[in-house]
Formats: sequence, C-alpha cells, structure tokens
Amino acid sequence: MADFETPELREYPIIPKLKEGVMEHSKPYVAKVQFQEALGFPGELVDNWEEKALEKLDDLRGRYRSLQVYLDSCVKCGACTDKCHYYLGTSDPKNMPVARQDLLRQVYRRYRTFAGKYFPKLVGAKDLTKDVLDDWYSYFHQCSQCRRCSVYCPYGIDTAEISMAAREIMDTIGVGQKYCNEIIGKAATVGNNLGLPEPALADTLEGLEEEVEEDTGVPVKFPLDQKGAEILLVTPSADFFAEPHVDGLIGYAKVFHEAGVSWTMSSYASEAANFGMFIGSYENMRNLSLRIRKAAEDLGVKRIVFGECGHAWRVAYSFLNTLAGPFDFLDPNYPVPQHICEFTYDLIQKDKLKFDKSENDHMTLTFHDSCNVARASRMGDKAGGQFDIPRAIIRAACNNFVDMPADAIGEATFCCGGGGGLLTDDLMELRVKGAQPRMEAYKRVVEDNGVTNVAAICAICKSQFTKVLPYYGFGMTDIVSVHQLVSEALILSDAPSDDTESNAEAEA
Amino acid sequence: MSALSVTYAILFYAATLLLVVGLVRKIALYARTPAPLKIPTTPAPVNRTGVVLRMVQEVVLFTSLFKATKWTWLFGWLFHLGLLLVLLRHLRYFQAETWFWVDLIQPFGKYASYAMVVGLLGLFARRIFVDRVRYISAPSDYLMLLLLIVIGISGMLMTFVTHTDIVMVKGFFLGLLRFSIEPLPSDLLLLTHLTLVALLMIIFPISKLLHAPGVFFSPSRNQVDNPREKRHLAPWAADLEK
Repeated sequence: MADFETPELREYPIIPKLKEGVMEHSKPYVAKVQFQEALGFPGELVDNWEEKALEKLDDLRGRYRSLQVYLDSCVKCGACTDKCHYYLGTSDPKNMPVARQDLLRQVYRRYRTFAGKYFPKLVGAKDLTKDVLDDWYSYFHQCSQCRRCSVYCPYGIDTAEISMAAREIMDTIGVGQKYCNEIIGKAATVGNNLGLPEPALADTLEGLEEEVEEDTGVPVKFPLDQKGAEILLVTPSADFFAEPHVDGLIGYAKVFHEAGVSWTMSSYASEAANFGMFIGSYENMRNLSLRIRKAAEDLGVKRIVFGECGHAWRVAYSFLNTLAGPFDFLDPNYPVPQHICEFTYDLIQKDKLKFDKSENDHMTLTFHDSCNVARASRMGDKAGGQFDIPRAIIRAACNNFVDMPADAIGEATFCCGGGGGLLTDDLMELRVKGAQPRMEAYKRVVEDNGVTNVAAICAICKSQFTKVLPYYGFGMTDIVSVHQLVSEALILSDAPSDDTESNAEAEA
Repeated sequence: MSALSVTYAILFYAATLLLVVGLVRKIALYARTPAPLKIPTTPAPVNRTGVVLRMVQEVVLFTSLFKATKWTWLFGWLFHLGLLLVLLRHLRYFQAETWFWVDLIQPFGKYASYAMVVGLLGLFARRIFVDRVRYISAPSDYLMLLLLIVIGISGMLMTFVTHTDIVMVKGFFLGLLRFSIEPLPSDLLLLTHLTLVALLMIIFPISKLLHAPGVFFSPSRNQVDNPREKRHLAPWAADLEK
C-alpha cells in the first residue's frame, strides 16, 4: 500500500526504544505563494528569516502567557516522553513532547536567556539555523495538538501551544503548510473547507432529503439559509458528503425533525472546522468564527448548535464566545454554542425520543473519545460531561456497547493520528504510524469483547479511521458516526407505520 | 571581622538580591502576559474553588505526575517533601527566638534529608538509565541534580557526622539580617554547603527552577472551565474588535 511498514499491533502496549531520525523525512507540502499571501503571510522564506522568526517569538511570548510559562518551566522530568501517539508509533525521539518543545525552547534559550547566551552547550541551547528550521517544519507537523502530554505534565505544559506558536512563526517567515493554509483560504472566502458553493450545497441537501424520505417515508428537511429558523446548525463540511459523516448529518436532521424545532444551515458559514487553530493564528481563527456570528445575525436564529467535529467543538466551546461574542442576541436559556450531542441528550433525558435499539443489534460498539472534545472542551454542565453524554446517547440507541481499556479513553484517549492539520495524503506514513496506539486499544476490545464498530464525534477522526483501519487489518467501514446510530434507531413518530399498513390491509 | 565572613556576607547578600529581583521580574512577566484563550486541560473545574483545589492537589501531591509515571513521582515527591521539611528546619538559623513549630519539626527535618537525597539519587539514576530521559537531558540537568545532592550530603554530614559550630553559624545569619557581619566557622564542609546554596539561589531565576512559580501561572491548570458562561477577552484581543 505504501513505502513504509505499518506498525505491529501487540497484545499489550510497549514503550519503544529510541530510533533517532526515523521520521526526519516526514514533511507536508509547503504552501504556495498565493495561498500564503491570501492569509497575509509572506509567499516564501523571507531574507532575514532568522531575525523575523525571533521577532515573532517575542511577539507571541508577549501575547500568550502559556508560551512564556511553558518555555521556562520544563524540568525535563520525562513524564511526557511516552505519552505521544506519534512517539509510540514511530519511535522517533523528536516526537517525544518534551523533545518537540525543545526544538523551539533551544532557540528561545540561545537568544533570550542568560544561560543560553553565555553557556549554550550547558543548557542545550542552539543557534537558529536552516537545519533547525527544517526540524521545526518536520516535527511541528508531527504534532496533532491533541494535548495528551499536557494531562501528564506536572506543570500542565501543553505541546499544542508550542506547536501552534512554532507554526505561526513559520507562517510569518513564509514557510506555511499547504494543506492548512489552502483550506483556511477556502473557508474564509467560500464558507467551507471544501470550497463548496451555495448551489452545490443546496443540491446536496436536496438529494439528502429525497434519500431520507425514500428510506423512511418521512419528509425530514435539510434547510439551508432559512431566515427566522430557531437553530443554526454549523457542522463540518465533510458531513455533507463523506462516509460515515453524512449518516451523522442525517441523524441530526432526524433529531431536529423529531424535536419539532425549526433549524437551518448557512451557506455563508457552512463549516464548523476552524483550521486557524491548527496554525496558531488568532486572527485567522477569529476571521472564520466571525462568519458564524454573521450567519446567526443574518438568519435571525435564536440558538447555535454544532455538529460532530472535535477541534471545531474546541474552537466553538472554548473560544467562540471570546472570538466572536458576546452572543447576547441569542436565546439566553441555552448555552452558546451547544453541541448536537447535548441537544440530543437533553431530548433523551426528557424522554422525547423513542428508539428501536434492535436496529443497531448487528453491531457491538466502542467509542473513540476525540482529543479536542476530551481534553479541550466540555459538554453539559458537569466536568467530564464530554465523556458521559456521547456514551449515554450510544447506550440509548444501541444494546451492545463496550469501552476500550481505561488508558486509551477519557482524558487519556489517544488521537486518531490525523488531527491538528495533518489529515493530508502527504503525511500518510505519519498518520498510519500515529494511529497505532488507538488501533492497539481497538484490537483489544475487538478480540476480547467482539466489538465490530467504533463510533466517533469528529469529522477528522472519521476520515482518518476510514483511511487507516485497513492498514491494520480492520474494515474501513468499522467507523461510524454517533448520530448515525441515533439515525438508525430513532423512531420517527410521523412515520407511516408497518402496523397501520397491515391493519389497513386486513380491514380491506 | 575576617575576610571569610565578609566574603560570605557579600555572597549571600548578592545571592538573595539576585534571587528576589530575578523571581519578582519573572513573576511580574507571567502575571502581566495575558492568556487570550481558555485552555484548561479538561475535564477542568467549573468554578474558582475547584481550580484552587486542583492547584493544591497539583502542588502538594503532584497528581499529574502521579498519573504519568510512578517512579518519577515517587522520587520527585520524596525530594520535594524532604526539601520542604529541611528548609523549614533551617528557619531556626534565622530566628533568635524560634517558633514552637520550628522546634517541633527539627527531628523530622533532620531525617527528611534522607528522603531528599534518596529522591535526588533516584531522579539522577532515571536520567542516566531511562533512554528517553537521557535523550532529553542537557548537561545542566545532571549538574542541577548534582548540586542539590552535594548540598544535601554536605548538610547531612554536618548533622550526623562532623558537627560544625552551629551557634556561630546562627550568629552569622542573624547578623546578616540586621546588616552586621559576624564571624563564620571556617569549616570546609560548611563553606561548601553555603557556597552551593548561594549558587542555587543565584541560578534559580534563570533556570528551569522557574517551574516553581511557573506552575501557578500555567493556563492549562489555573483556568476555570466556563467559556460559554463568561466571555474571556485579553486586552490585545479586545483591540482587534475596535
């Protein structure tokens, strides 16, 4: 399938021995001039890049307390060294979180600390050279910003913050990543990551309406740009066509239908994902978020609900109010924004949804906690609701559910291997290797508990699983959307029931 | 007033000054720098009280480290707990009339030095023998541990083996507190101990020892998880809205 070896799945995870330099060659394509410039970055490496990079580092240290504190505080205790899925899957020591941070820290020390200026060798400080920049480009694009390391760090040092800063520094000197920057450009102009214009979107949604009506006999709507609707649904654009994402979208539509609320999507803000976060750019992240605010204002909705997407939910839950708030024009009785899982869960709690769980009996499910949902956001009003609520929904819609081992779920969950702006074909080796810890945990429940499918609430996870599951000998369709399970089992109360039909026949 | 006392007096005044000024500057920098986004590592407390509790657990029990690796936790915690008791015990050299609890903890403080040194040796061994930790260690990481180990062992030798004239030592430090230079015993062990302690004070604010104030300023640990309920806006981010 490719020119690298898929890692072996062992019965129990083993921490690998270091293999220096084995992932040095892994680099995503560099963004072309026009895509760089569209985001306000220089098109290519600027002449005085060393100086500019240090200037940007100083600027970011002054704007982000996290960066300043994290650069200073690491004691090299090693707590994080075996926590990164990319280290576990590749054995490259520069994929240990602390070593990844040190790629930036060594430069900070060299130019901005007393010890590094006068005793560089003693404290491991290094000059900013082309080799160091190459290392940055390679290894800061081997971090999916999943925050697993930050759970275990005694000071909460979050490598995601460091890699975001490093990517922003690289963008500022003209070395951007093609995948992320092209996508941000599309979302900022067309309204979604795919560059899907309004007519195409309307057409897709119409197709879905027909499909669902054919399937259920119920005219479930997929409204677009409907002014005066109560709810604006913002969902990752992959939900419009990718499998199994689209089955999740059908699930949301059925839940809205059953709840009897009016809702709409927006062609102007037809994207929940916000890749501005991946490149650490507050301005780009804000730009994209403001589209959602504008759509909500223009459509006159009262609530905003987000579809299944991990990093999108982080930006929505943790940052939206900051970036595009305050949302005082929306209904204050609901949190802004709400997750579709919160919405569905509320209805289940109020006993407003009826399920025929047997519809999902052909599957035994497990749940993959997506990193940004698990470690960077919440659902509901209690800490940890992000773990309980999706599981409660799955249990409401399915009879067979088993969790993966405790060290691979909840706050300890492993990234799918494709998050953080790495879901691109030019990083396939990294993606496959980085998925190993997750696949190992999945294999455990497949073998021990007869699990057949894994459910997720993240567009990136779903796409990544579809791609990497086959490398490990699993089926690409093992991955399902949580709201796909809801969709399968939900009983639509206005459905023409089989009983009525047969009764009618009997009477006739 | 011997040259020795004058030298050490100057050394300790300088070290104290560098320590205090260095730390105050760093803490001011951390406090001044905004945290523009809500980034607590979740699940996180949803109110202030919860955050205080989280921070206390983190600082007193090293909960995150405990989740990460039991050996590092054990050695790290032994060292820090030992160090704390040892430091508290040393308060008696700075008080003419010691507080009752300082008297009370003297025996604990004495034996805590064992915990401190054992913890340090464990951390040192880990740095040498675990390939991952060896990879990330710079010379300064080993030297820092050595520095603390020698401080600990020189102190223990004076406590348990060859006593120095601690009355005179106390006189010296009480003297420093009122800006008067009193005699100091010219005991090699004591002078080694004191020199290294001063060195530790000097490098504290310019080294990784900044993790001590740093942990309190870590946004992933000290933020309340309430972004939907309360709008969080940094001054520079507010300027973007103008």
